[in-house]
Amino acid sequence: MHKSIESLLRDAEESGRSLPEVVLAMEVAESGRTEEEIRERLRQTLGIMRAAIDEGLKGEVRSPSGLTGGRSARLWHDGPRLLGPRVTATLARAIATLEVNAAMGLIVAAPTAGAAGVLPAILISAGEYMEKDDDALLDAMLVAGGVGGVIAQRASLAGAEGGCQAETGSAAAMGAAAVCWLGGGTNQQVATSIALALQGLLGLICDPIGGLVEIPCIYRNASAAMQAIAAAEMALAGLDFPIPADEVIDVMDEVGRRLPAAYRETAQGGLAATPTARRLVQIQPSRHPTGISV
Amino acid sequence: MVSLFDILGPVMVGPSSSHTAGACRLGLMARAILGGTPERARIQLHGSFAATGEGHGTHRAIVGGLIGLAPDDLRLRQAYDEAAEAGLEWEFETIDLGEDAHPNTAIFNLERAGERVRVRGASIGGGRIEVHEIDGFTVSLGGDYHTLVVQANDEPGTIATIAGIFAKDGVNLATMRVDRTGRHKDALMTIEADEPISDKALTEIRSYPWLHWARRIEKIS
Repeated sequence: MHKSIESLLRDAEESGRSLPEVVLAMEVAESGRTEEEIRERLRQTLGIMRAAIDEGLKGEVRSPSGLTGGRSARLWHDGPRLLGPRVTATLARAIATLEVNAAMGLIVAAPTAGAAGVLPAILISAGEYMEKDDDALLDAMLVAGGVGGVIAQRASLAGAEGGCQAETGSAAAMGAAAVCWLGGGTNQQVATSIALALQGLLGLICDPIGGLVEIPCIYRNASAAMQAIAAAEMALAGLDFPIPADEVIDVMDEVGRRLPAAYRETAQGGLAATPTARRLVQIQPSRHPTGISV
Repeated sequence: MVSLFDILGPVMVGPSSSHTAGACRLGLMARAILGGTPERARIQLHGSFAATGEGHGTHRAIVGGLIGLAPDDLRLRQAYDEAAEAGLEWEFETIDLGEDAHPNTAIFNLERAGERVRVRGASIGGGRIEVHEIDGFTVSLGGDYHTLVVQANDEPGTIATIAGIFAKDGVNLATMRVDRTGRHKDALMTIEADEPISDKALTEIRSYPWLHWARRIEKIS
């Protein structure tokens, strides 16, 4: 995989290939699998993303801690009030995947389990709105994968290393690039959407209540999905960002390194260290996840 | 090297790649080292595994791995019932291995058909694992390859002999590591291969008098 967005774009330009073609060709070269095998696995991955969203939106899932479950369905059926239906659906879908994750359901860690809600939510919502078929969504996933690969090599995707910006921030950057591509953006606009998505989530700490991937994670996935849509929208309108995507990714790395350990998935600071959070983790109504239909 | 499906994956049962998927793979790996589903398992959890494991399904994932369930198998949710049916008796303990130990470390004490093994490993992030110790010997295994672990007299020619057997069998070696810090001043060889290690190669390696034991560990996923 490419180590910079710049080299990814240069590769596309010099070879006359599209961004998805560049990422796919590289994966073929590095994995030894054929294009068809890779696209088939992407198709299965997309199917699992959809299934997780559908499962969550039924509203039945509950995590063992009792902290999460049922909220996505409420938003899905109750909204929208202020936003357009597409955005509200995106928020509900992002929360749905994370609720399924918390209830020990099947998800795609893209790029991590804690940020698994962002990419599927915007990919499926934007695809639905723009009436794109699954092949187009697979191309968008390749773009997202290429972006995630750059971030993994330049910075980090782990909350324990870089805070929530490394998880939901990276997922938002991947998602923005995916839907910007899906929306017909130029390669430069795709790069700009990455920078725009990530700049808005820089410095976000990882402070889950009780150390569990639940609160605030489900909401952080929803807000990161919103950030990603906004970034793609602005980039597609031709808005620029003066700092290139690679440099914004490097800033995310630098900020992550300087984050105190209390804000890196240790549950020692932030929301996790509030008096209410400490009270909540004492209450564990159930030790068993419920609601996933097997 | 980062693969596309490391970024758009793994597909896994939630909620945590390190505390659930990685924990399951540690169980799978311990099972592979034993050579089958254990009858009895005493599992000691250290650090973050011990502190937040319950809420992450870590215990269930480990038990599931011990009976052969993969990280994307939804039966992990009912792993206790599945394990009871598979005839596994298990117990968990909390252990303090000190500051230097990886926060997500587990020690497995397993028993099967009179054979015992002790395995120490850690979940090192993103679902990846590392086994650090087998029966007191220092190793470094990730479960990504077909592996042969050999304990032998520390004498010249043993490595060449084993490499020769693999070559004859058409097995391509990915990595090889020799460690002499183990007990009895024996050599411990860890050989990771791209292809499965055949019964024939294993039997031939086992026929040499300088060999104490050889353990074949199947690639777990």
